[in-house]
Amino acid sequence: MSAPEAPARAAAPPSDSIAAERADILSVRGLRKEFVSRRGSARVRAVDGISFDLRRGEILGLVGESGCGKTTTGKLVMRLIEPSSGSIVVDGLDTAGMGREEDFAYRRRVQMIFQDPYASMNPHFKVRDVLEEPLLIHGIGRSKAERMEIVERALEMVKMTPVSEFIDRHPHMLSGGQRQRVATARTLILSPRIIVADEPVSMIDLSTRAEILRLMKAIQSDLGLSFIYITHDISTARYFADRIAVMYLGRIVEIGTQDEVIDRPIHPYTRALIEAVCEPEPGRVDTLRDLKIKGEVPEAADIPSGCRFRTRCLFATEECARLSEPELEDAGDGHYHACRRWKEI
Amino acid sequence: MSETRGGLPPILSVRGLKLHYFTSKGVVRALDGIDFDLAPGQTLGLVGESGCGKTTTGTALLGMPSPPGKIVSGSIVLGGRELVGMPDRELRREIRWSGISMVFQGAMNCLTPVYTIRALMAETWREHALSARANGAPSEGGSDAPRPAGAKNAKPDGEALEALMRKYVRLVGLSESVLDRYPHELSGGMKQRVVIAMALFLEPKVVVMDEPTTALDVIVQAQILNLIKSLRKELGLSYIFITHDLATEAEIADRIMVMYAGKMAELGSSEEIFGGSPAHPYTEKLLASTPRLHRRVSELAFIPGAPPDLVSPPPGCRFAPRCSFARRKCAEAEPPATDLGGGHLVACWKAVEDPEYERS
Repeated sequence: MSAPEAPARAAAPPSDSIAAERADILSVRGLRKEFVSRRGSARVRAVDGISFDLRRGEILGLVGESGCGKTTTGKLVMRLIEPSSGSIVVDGLDTAGMGREEDFAYRRRVQMIFQDPYASMNPHFKVRDVLEEPLLIHGIGRSKAERMEIVERALEMVKMTPVSEFIDRHPHMLSGGQRQRVATARTLILSPRIIVADEPVSMIDLSTRAEILRLMKAIQSDLGLSFIYITHDISTARYFADRIAVMYLGRIVEIGTQDEVIDRPIHPYTRALIEAVCEPEPGRVDTLRDLKIKGEVPEAADIPSGCRFRTRCLFATEECARLSEPELEDAGDGHYHACRRWKEI
Repeated sequence: MSETRGGLPPILSVRGLKLHYFTSKGVVRALDGIDFDLAPGQTLGLVGESGCGKTTTGTALLGMPSPPGKIVSGSIVLGGRELVGMPDRELRREIRWSGISMVFQGAMNCLTPVYTIRALMAETWREHALSARANGAPSEGGSDAPRPAGAKNAKPDGEALEALMRKYVRLVGLSESVLDRYPHELSGGMKQRVVIAMALFLEPKVVVMDEPTTALDVIVQAQILNLIKSLRKELGLSYIFITHDLATEAEIADRIMVMYAGKMAELGSSEEIFGGSPAHPYTEKLLASTPRLHRRVSELAFIPGAPPDLVSPPPGCRFAPRCSFARRKCAEAEPPATDLGGGHLVACWKAVEDPEYERS
């Protein structure tokens, strides 16, 4: 499993030198996940050969519409599901063929924040139980008192203070923002190095959304954590992420710094995505958006030949269907895209 | 406020509207005195956080508050007719869908799966179009007679209905063959188009759109917004557009009412709200907490705390407990809606430079 099927090109040089290993905490190469429908009639290529690196202390935004494979990618990195092929290397350690013990240790290093903090907490638990559980599972803290000390520190870290006011509450006695802070504390309590956050603020009300984003950003930079931020909302990715990877139908079609991807998008899909975003500015009421995209997303069980975006692309030629799938290529400055016709369009 | 800014009399006028929910935990004052006018051909946006009363306003306009809600006072005048207090049968036959209709939040996921789109649309027709349609609606034996059992299985009412369904399905950008399909055969964007067609095909003048793009992917969202805009022009509709998303309001609404805890905080034109100098601190904070795509924001603002419990809302200004400008006066007296000029309304002691506020 250590030989990636796709050449290690993407957003960083192959991690064969020690220096590169130090820079990247996570390297994903040629990652695929295929689901087979219950009757075996359809094979869904949810993630279809993606490669990227996550640098130490970096926030990488994984952006795309529903069904693009971003959540599956997060689950693969979390090892909640097994990849069909490809490799995930964390700190130089290949996750393929990990035994139970190693898997257990891996979960302390890589943690996840889920979209719905209410659904991800046992409603019978108090905040203290929610936070103690991972400590018990991982055998951290020799006594109850020691564990509670760790729990209290974690609550302080997410600004749930005074701790005594919150620690004995049940999840339903907390606001959406407070619940997501408890979820964040639970994630941090095992001192992970990588956090996969899947739409952590999409269910939180507008006025507190920014509070959670700010808190996560502060913790990330204080602790030097590396984040994969999965979202459909490219505007929050611009605020939160250092680099952005845009996914379409199981592939990364563009990846680069957030400024590059948003201010100078290359791939026609990224351009359409950006053009579609509304901004709170006046003067748009009488104009229609010029969306340079046609049709609808094809089924993941029926991915078009050649460039998979061609059926929706206004610039596609016969070549885009005939030639092989375009690989990511560097347009300069680590801004990669997967469009053959990028210079002409 | 009897004339809207364009000089035309409003098609919809709401005054002092209160809708309370009578729950076992007490009376939830979800909507506690709202006034606005909607001019013909205009879009009024209602924006605010969950629980601010925007959806409640929508259901009040159709005279169908969700239980245990009741309109306790106020007036809703649509095209010259007072809706508050109108008997339900009259509302259903003469107002709902033919006068004012609503695209409910999440309606696209509530289309009955065992009916074709044609059957679903025909059912809507039978429910609401009994007396209002002059153009070819079948007469039913006496308007007071109960509807015959098994009406659901009855054939669609003739060619006029079929023509109307076809027309509206095309208008929302679908092919006529959609009428023969079942909801599960359609994508999210197509289902939302069907729901919009269903809200429009009885030819109402006012349409309430409640979060019509929220559950959709961003590109589909933009396509649906384009559609909603073109339909307004083509059919001369007026919209009440409800969303929690300020950016979507900026895209669609001529005037925007920012709501907080069952009250109006600010009501102004798109330029007044989004042009850089909103009057209410709540509006200002909401805008500052919205991430921008084309602007690098180093730090987003947020509003500490949570909206109040509407069983026992705080005295004075309901936003005061979360407002960084709140002074003694704000906790004591409720700020009235004040016109800053040209119909730009704000309910805030600071914004109107109240002398007592300044001293307190």
